[in-house]
Amino acid sequence: MTRSSRPMIPPKKKHVGRAISHESAREHVTGGALYTDDITPRMANVLHAWPVQAMEAHARVRSVDASAALEMPGVATVLTGEDVPGVGDVGAARQDEPLFPDEVVFHGQPVAWVLAESEPEARRAAAAVKVELEPLEAILTVEDAIAKESFHTKELRIVRLEEEHGAIEDALKASPRRLRGEVHVGGQEHFYLESQAALVYLDESGQVMVHSSTQHPTETQLIVARVLGLDSHAVTCQSLRMGGAFGGKEVQANAWASVAALGAWKTGRPVRVRLDRQRDMTLTGKRHPFLGRFEVGFDDEGHLLALDVELFSDGGWSLDLSKPVLFRAMFHVDNGYLLRNARVRGRVCKTHKVSQTAFRGFGGPQGMVVIEDALDRIARATGLPPEVVRARNLYREGDVAHYGQPIKDAGRLGEIWETLAESSELARRREEIAAFNAAHPHTKRGLAITPVKFGISFTTAFFNQAGALVLLYADGSVQLNHGGTEMGQGLHTKMLQVAADALGVDLETIRMMPTRTDKVPNTSATAASSGSDLNGQAVRDACMAIRERLMVVAGTLFGCAPEDIVFEDGEVFPAGRRDEAKSFGAIAKQAYLQRVPLFAAGYYRTPNIHYDEDAGVGKPFHYYAYGAAVTEVEVDGFTGQYGFRRVDILHDCGDSLSPLVDLGQVEGGFVQGLGWLTREELVWDPESGRLATNGASTYKLPSLGECPADFRVALLPKAREEGVIHGSKAVGEPPFMLALSAREALRDAVAAFADAPPLVELACPSTPEAVFWAVEAVKASAQDAAAAEE
Amino acid sequence: MTIRFRLNGEPIEAEGVDPHVPLLHFLRDRGLTGTKEGCAEGECGACAVVVVRRGPDGKTRFSPINSCLVLTPAVHGQELWTVEGLADAPDALHPVQAAMVEKGGSQCGYCTPGFVMSLFAEYYRPGRAPGEVDPEAISGNLCRCTGYRPIRDVLVELGAPRKDRHAERLGAPAPAPEPAAHEAGGVAFRRPTTLAALFEALAELPEAKLVAGGTDVVVEINQRDARFDALIALDAVEELRFHEETDDAITLGAGVPLAEVEEALHGRVPVLDELWPLFSSRLIRNRATLGGNLVNASPIGDSPPALLSLDAEVVLVSAKGERSLPLADFFTGYRQTALAPGEILKAVRIPKPLPSIGRFYKVSKRVLDDISTVAAGFGLWLADGVVTKARLGYGGVAATPVRATAAEQALEGKPWNAATVAQALPLLEGAFTPLTDHRGSAAYRRAMVPKLLEKLLADTTTPAEAAE
Repeated sequence: MTRSSRPMIPPKKKHVGRAISHESAREHVTGGALYTDDITPRMANVLHAWPVQAMEAHARVRSVDASAALEMPGVATVLTGEDVPGVGDVGAARQDEPLFPDEVVFHGQPVAWVLAESEPEARRAAAAVKVELEPLEAILTVEDAIAKESFHTKELRIVRLEEEHGAIEDALKASPRRLRGEVHVGGQEHFYLESQAALVYLDESGQVMVHSSTQHPTETQLIVARVLGLDSHAVTCQSLRMGGAFGGKEVQANAWASVAALGAWKTGRPVRVRLDRQRDMTLTGKRHPFLGRFEVGFDDEGHLLALDVELFSDGGWSLDLSKPVLFRAMFHVDNGYLLRNARVRGRVCKTHKVSQTAFRGFGGPQGMVVIEDALDRIARATGLPPEVVRARNLYREGDVAHYGQPIKDAGRLGEIWETLAESSELARRREEIAAFNAAHPHTKRGLAITPVKFGISFTTAFFNQAGALVLLYADGSVQLNHGGTEMGQGLHTKMLQVAADALGVDLETIRMMPTRTDKVPNTSATAASSGSDLNGQAVRDACMAIRERLMVVAGTLFGCAPEDIVFEDGEVFPAGRRDEAKSFGAIAKQAYLQRVPLFAAGYYRTPNIHYDEDAGVGKPFHYYAYGAAVTEVEVDGFTGQYGFRRVDILHDCGDSLSPLVDLGQVEGGFVQGLGWLTREELVWDPESGRLATNGASTYKLPSLGECPADFRVALLPKAREEGVIHGSKAVGEPPFMLALSAREALRDAVAAFADAPPLVELACPSTPEAVFWAVEAVKASAQDAAAAEE
Repeated sequence: MTIRFRLNGEPIEAEGVDPHVPLLHFLRDRGLTGTKEGCAEGECGACAVVVVRRGPDGKTRFSPINSCLVLTPAVHGQELWTVEGLADAPDALHPVQAAMVEKGGSQCGYCTPGFVMSLFAEYYRPGRAPGEVDPEAISGNLCRCTGYRPIRDVLVELGAPRKDRHAERLGAPAPAPEPAAHEAGGVAFRRPTTLAALFEALAELPEAKLVAGGTDVVVEINQRDARFDALIALDAVEELRFHEETDDAITLGAGVPLAEVEEALHGRVPVLDELWPLFSSRLIRNRATLGGNLVNASPIGDSPPALLSLDAEVVLVSAKGERSLPLADFFTGYRQTALAPGEILKAVRIPKPLPSIGRFYKVSKRVLDDISTVAAGFGLWLADGVVTKARLGYGGVAATPVRATAAEQALEGKPWNAATVAQALPLLEGAFTPLTDHRGSAAYRRAMVPKLLEKLLADTTTPAEAAE
């Protein structure tokens, strides 16, 4: 089992890079794919939990009286803080999330949980629990938090100056032109179709078995153990598959699993927590709303010379992931543009709202909205087309980001930009649109191209590790375990492809096992787009270890050097002697008989990433993913309503591991981004702090009608990324931000309602109402200008 | 009473089901977990199932509906299919399932069963021409992962339906609506099939909640824990399920599902043809009725502005007899109507001639499957270019759907052009005092009232005509 010095014959790429359907697609379409709550009717004796909610944004809890509820039919018990054997706090970043709070800090916060024989009985009993509250003053906006200095963090800061400038003010002063701006960026509800769910029971060995719809089984395990006062080894967490997550189940699944675990611990029965949509929307965190204030220095050619920007995120009631989210926003305030001089400051505001959390892009999108807003203002101020201003500021080879990391392959951004401008016929369509707009006083079309550059890696360095466990049975069949979770992004599909190629077998030979903490311990959340990068290397590592052992067995059998053994299509043979091939299973059997271990753990950690928070300098990312999009819109001037006529995308996912999966990520990410920037509006009642948009009928995610009528998506060819699994690139998050082109296209259409308006203020999200007011504003400014000339 | 129906070809019997239990939960509790709950208010379609029903053309069809908005006893005597029942064998997927797999139509897979059911129904829709693409077929299904393109491709490439056991099923009659009387958990449920039986049930249970399609009542149950001592379903009452056209009027039974009205009137009432695609989704319209939408008397219901623009009347009936009144007089306050106790809405009468110009505008955040911020129905009767009669119906700007009568009068007797509209606009500005809510600000709603009339002018005249 010694490793050979001679290189082995490298595995052939048979499955990696092939466009195949999602590994669970057949189960998806037949209803056979089970999700966490689908286990409930398959289990006997389950109790159903329902929260007792406090309907104040901020209040002291005077009393919780469950006596009437306990008398109601079907009620088993009511969980309160007294039932907690361990630590009654589910905060992941720090312990600031009490499960049974004395002080209510967001509207609808649970203060107790009813367990009953059925969900309707639990609901009715929860309504009968009397909660006495003493209302306190609530902070509901970022502005209010700033005024009252209500923050979760100290000020974070990144400063980058050219040598001749001592401070950002100098760089701004030295710029020929300057302007200031402010932009509010809205949050976003994840609206994973499967709402939060957990089912917990004590198994036959007395272990706490947690089924949770979680992106981070290890953390769910850890927090359940902490609440119950147990060691991690007494708790197993399984995440079978998720019906979407998008970051919303990165830390926010923990509370519900903990409540179910506590109920199971107290009653000895299986306990199910499933938030219905309204509970899910009112109890769980969302994408952070941001306020960006900036001053920018530039020249008449539209070159960005200096940027001073302050970002305030609305973190809600607890810290959660708000700090790394803010960091990522600060890292990505450059999007794809060189910041020669920059001061980027950030602060997480503490408000009396749900705790905002991870969501695809993780702050990156909010940072990018700010720079795109600034560049559009520069374009309007200089009278240059926005695409010219953007192109002039794109990163070029050799450029370095404001936090000191060289932009690897920066030239790829310009290459993508030019290729896309040509394939989308940007110039010709500009003319067509101008002609259309001239002929249509009440309907205007707009067009925009925007880039995406997105850094890949967890910015918290230690998360960048992964493990896998591969079990080969003596009949040649394989069980594949890895630490990543499946939420629809196709991770399992890609892992099967990686494993199948490493072992030279068919996909059917390998069974993907549910993600469990008793197979791979100490895993990281499946997040930061890193699922395939990290787990792919770990899976390959494990498979290659087994392959090398089988090479030795086969070499002896065939009488050749182990290095000459080929694994292909489920067959094993010496190079050039395929007619003598034995089946993969026969070699596995032989290895077993020879007492060769047929299981292996794989491991991977991303090399060379680091960041110094205080200095604001480092290399937080392993590499960057690139892309660009061109979007064309049509706006109705009477109502502000609009449609997406055509979208062209060119995106870089390296050498795609799984093109059908990656195409789905690009398209789906784009449309989700489109929703965030356009129709999806979170409205909190300004008086009570209640979330007014708390269901599918009030919060509008994109429907079929928002899918661009003409949608042309291409993956950048020949884009191999060295040092990443099979030359691929992460694809989960980056395409989300391609949707910035849609917002900028709307702005372009709004501008067309007046003759070269000096400014187009457009709220974000750019709902039809927001677009209507923007149109009215440019019309009014045009009239003012005309009146001034007269 | 035992609830009996056929599910995926097999007979089902259930006892003691609380009538409040939505079909979705009934199915899931029985282990049929392919049908999913995404929103419990009929917006996302993850719970879609198919019911076998007689269409307005008399032919049997598969009608997809939201199972979260159907009370379980309401399926008594019916025939249902869920996602588990489509494939002939585990390795023999139905063509729409196979296409979803092949095109990458599923990512997380949670919305997928609902899409499959909608596509399945569309695949067999009688009269679907080869190559015809009807986006309405999947407009009531939400997907958060794919961005819809691959699912739209499945829809676009639906071939001619194969001759299989499902096609064969459509060759036989659908089950006729059956009366039902069910009690469980202290709750009474009645499903009469005649008006006479309905009035008997009303006499027996005068406080009963009336349920037509259920697409509002069951939302109340799911979202706000509404409980009723008694429920009477109207969806099987024969006398409410009709439509007829005479020289004087088109009359629509209050109990006809909207999708059937849409199909029956297709191409005959332009303003309604504009209304339907914007009215919720087909999954809803397969259950929801015109009567329900009017009796609900929501200020943001979609049909009232359109029907006001048609100068429609409502026909009310009680055990004592019938009466008619203008629709505008039917709405008496926020969610209140002129219905007397024991009286129900029987029909809507649209008088002829229809307006020369009829338009429906809906301002909403999302184009498909949304609730209006402001909606307007405009009807103009023209003679030689002169407006002889105008009906301007608005929703979302007051406590009830309303007519803008002053502006109507300003248009009447004048040519349909910019000058006339300019005279009417001041009468629309400030005509109503709408509220600010999560759908839109009061200022936006106020602005839309005149803007939509301007839009009507722009949409129905050339600039030269408007200037005349």
